[in-house]
Amino acid sequence: MTPLQNLFDPELLAQTAFAVVVTFTFAGALIAVLPRNILYNVLGLILCLTGVAGIFLYLGSAFIALMELLIYVGAICISIVFAIMLSRPLHLSLPKRHVPKVGGALGVALLVFGVLVTIISRTPWQPWQPAAERSRDWSVTTLGVYLLTRYDLVFEAMSIVLLVAILGAIIISGQSRKRSS
Amino acid sequence: MNSLTTYLFIAAALFIIGVFGLLQRRSLIGMLIAIELMLNAASVNFMAFNRFLAPDPVIGQVYALFIMGFAAAETAIALSIIIALFRWIHSINIEQARDLRG
Repeated sequence: MTPLQNLFDPELLAQTAFAVVVTFTFAGALIAVLPRNILYNVLGLILCLTGVAGIFLYLGSAFIALMELLIYVGAICISIVFAIMLSRPLHLSLPKRHVPKVGGALGVALLVFGVLVTIISRTPWQPWQPAAERSRDWSVTTLGVYLLTRYDLVFEAMSIVLLVAILGAIIISGQSRKRSS
Repeated sequence: MNSLTTYLFIAAALFIIGVFGLLQRRSLIGMLIAIELMLNAASVNFMAFNRFLAPDPVIGQVYALFIMGFAAAETAIALSIIIALFRWIHSINIEQARDLRG
């Protein structure tokens, strides 16, 4: 195989793309957490969620990847940007970073990470072979049919939670405007 | 790339970045962003277990959608509370919010 063909080897290409996606995810997550400027945080969150959408593609579901982009990047991040513009926290002075608190947070996070890594690596995954699949169908049609028949309760719960949350959001922000004016 | 533990490690790392952000930030919107990271880690976990261990490919996708719906609801509520709080105390720093009285 010539080097050029080697370069376009599908397996190698897939692994490179996976590495890129994971790099996006972690770089975005770090940008979302570390800088003081809150607008950079939102942009980092967008980068991270795009990476997670790529991971979902690798896990076999293009629909969930699209929904991730649509709901998280398109709706949640944009509404956070709107909230930043409405409340103008950018004009406020930034408090100093507390070194002990950041150190404590880092310690707790590393402790949790250690516990999680220990659990994941000690669990014997090998005996748990995947059970026989009911279907190998990952299509949107199957998902829709299941969502309205077998997993109906999930759909209904999601609908009512969204309804209550939106009504609550309208009421809370409306009342606060009445009180402050 | 094609094993369960890879995805579990990615999700665990994403989760602890979220935990770190949640503990370290004092701005409410920053904490909200950290919570979104943690929810995404849970979503990746659900999808990975579904892909490699569960017999039914649909249930993991249903749960990922469920988490997204809840995240949207949570963001709407949290942002309206943040805006109300900003009108009240003129800050989104959590340490300035000391009153529970409305």
